[in-house]
Amino acid sequence: MSQTGYIPEKKTSDDVYILSALVEDKPGVLFRVTNLFRARNFNIESITVGYSESSDLSRMTITTRSDDRTLDQLVKQLRKLIDVVEVRVLNKSNTVYRELALIKMNAQDPTSRAEITNLASVFRGKILDIDKFTLTVEITGTPSKIDAFRNLVSDFGVVQLARTGVSALPRGAA
Amino acid sequence: MKGAEALMRSLEKEGVDIVFGLPGGANLPIYDALVDAKIRHILVRHEQSAAHMADGYARTKRRAGVCFATSGPGATNLITGIATAYADSSPMVAVTGQVPLEMIGKDAFQETDIIGIANPCTKYTFQPRKAIEIPETVKKGFYIAESGRPGPVLIDIPKDVQQDIQDIEFPDLIKVRGYNPAIESDLSTIGKATELLLAAQRPIIMSGGGVILAGAFSELEVLAELLMAPVVTTFKGKGSFPENHPLAMGPIGMHGHAEANKIILEADCILAIGARFSDRSVGRFDEFGKGMNIIHMDIDPAEIGKNKTVDVAIVGDVKSSMKTMIKFLNKKMVKHGTEENSWLQRRKELIDYYTESIKDYPRDLTARKVLKKLREVLPNNAIVTTEVGQCQMWTSLHFDVISPGTFFSSTGLGTMGFGFPAAIGAKAARQNVPVVDIAGDGSFNMSENSLAVSVLENLPVIVVLLNNYMLGMVAQWQRTFYNRRYEGVHLHNCPDYAKIADAYGAQGIKVQSISELENGIRSALKSNLATVIDIPIDPEEDVYPFVAPGTGLKDMIVGS
Repeated sequence: MSQTGYIPEKKTSDDVYILSALVEDKPGVLFRVTNLFRARNFNIESITVGYSESSDLSRMTITTRSDDRTLDQLVKQLRKLIDVVEVRVLNKSNTVYRELALIKMNAQDPTSRAEITNLASVFRGKILDIDKFTLTVEITGTPSKIDAFRNLVSDFGVVQLARTGVSALPRGAA
Repeated sequence: MKGAEALMRSLEKEGVDIVFGLPGGANLPIYDALVDAKIRHILVRHEQSAAHMADGYARTKRRAGVCFATSGPGATNLITGIATAYADSSPMVAVTGQVPLEMIGKDAFQETDIIGIANPCTKYTFQPRKAIEIPETVKKGFYIAESGRPGPVLIDIPKDVQQDIQDIEFPDLIKVRGYNPAIESDLSTIGKATELLLAAQRPIIMSGGGVILAGAFSELEVLAELLMAPVVTTFKGKGSFPENHPLAMGPIGMHGHAEANKIILEADCILAIGARFSDRSVGRFDEFGKGMNIIHMDIDPAEIGKNKTVDVAIVGDVKSSMKTMIKFLNKKMVKHGTEENSWLQRRKELIDYYTESIKDYPRDLTARKVLKKLREVLPNNAIVTTEVGQCQMWTSLHFDVISPGTFFSSTGLGTMGFGFPAAIGAKAARQNVPVVDIAGDGSFNMSENSLAVSVLENLPVIVVLLNNYMLGMVAQWQRTFYNRRYEGVHLHNCPDYAKIADAYGAQGIKVQSISELENGIRSALKSNLATVIDIPIDPEEDVYPFVAPGTGLKDMIVGS
């Protein structure tokens, strides 16, 4: 059990960390996890929950902005939750992680419509919906790729935006 | 078999002989099954007291106490007691009734989302949805409550689940996949910790509540004597080490012993055992332990580095960790010190200095005199609880706990009204020893209706009531930090506590002097009746020493 080992001496500056947890697939587990974050003043950037490889476990991917002392505490507190079976902090350089975003933009005039379509294809996005006034694009990628796309299209006017939060798995046998 | 009967059989299988509770609409089937169970029921007058009684019972027996309440207000009334147990890591199983399954979420009469409410102050919560789930739920509940770092568990049972008749089996083994409490101690770090301690010139042991929960009293004594290390305790750890031991220094903290607060700052290596470096114990986290090596033994990995970065962490049951450390020490020891070493001389110097310089409040009846007399008169095996406030902190300062594991207080949550019901619970657990609640008028007022329980259930407790007609601790802070602008602290002489005791059929005694007090305690011990001894003290008597909130132990104010 290495969970006791790592306690950094000094607070480092905040960074975004990706945590992957296997949790019991039963009612109330998401509540227990989010309540822990709230009660102990931990930050959540995003949280995703869904089925995992085991039929009775869900996988939760949590991204959090914190310093490494807080991260150490956060992981220990998560492990303490009885419904949490496993928690890992994923090393970003050895992890595949993706987020999906749906972005609905103003696209009334044909030039912006064409431009958005071009930008979307550069980002390997898909046009999901189009009508007289708007155009909805699906972008999948790292959060920063989605941020970049959103910045590029902000001048057209983003009408609605939905992001899933990050899903992640370690690479290979890691 | 009905679900409620399955609950009783399951509790019996866990060895439960007593429950504290109060019935209502949603737990009637449970009470019906209780009639035929081999379990004694103690009827409380308020559910909060049921939880405190279960807590007092648990702390005395070092196994889970059980309390019952109905849904809605019954369940919410338990919460303060559950949160108290959670803050002090006390094992408890609370069983609440709930509205029937099909009514849940319909805002039914006496419905409350007690699972949602209890979540932040329990180790775990259960809501069995079928009667057949009850035995496994109860077994898991006790396992979780009692193992690892203990704590309260809540089992919320919908009324129809209590009533359902099903073919119910009782499991012998259960497994909770995501729960692996540390049991074995972490051998990899004990060696390093031992070396640090042996190399230290001024080692000190800081013993916390975990030592009491683990019952590691003899291990602590052996360890202290091997290391020749003075022992300070946290307030929760008071009673983990005999306070008349030649190495004892008493509790540190906001109202710790001056010599304890002083000596810990002079140490070069701290061995903290089952302690969590709370703000009340260590003052400022950033200042505490600067320039010292800190070794932290605890069963809860999440306590390591939570408030304080430490040099060596030993995760595991503290009793087994201490045993291993003792073995290591015995192997490596060239006698580490003698009675004459300068560190132990320093210990003596500090005690002498503060004994000399800290004067008692200039009155005939003072908290200090009362508590010194109480210690003199009470047998060492008596169990002592406290209420919360000045009475509690005076007890920390002036009442020495000699026999380990005989002192209980709401140290974490600081719950007023805890002491008296907890004392009744302790009495239920150990009927052959005297049990005393050291109380203040403000706190005792909050659960005085438990007098009915003490009298009717023949669980006599002696309440030593330090009566200053004030919410004294708040008044002290208003005096100290708010320029004596008093608001909301005067209780006046109301009620008359001797008469209150009398009204409940208990013994009420008013004393005006230390000799009358002595007679009062002796007569209460002899009569074995529930007794309230009302002792008027001066409302301006403050608790000193004092480490003001937000300051460090070095900033301790020794006297007014």
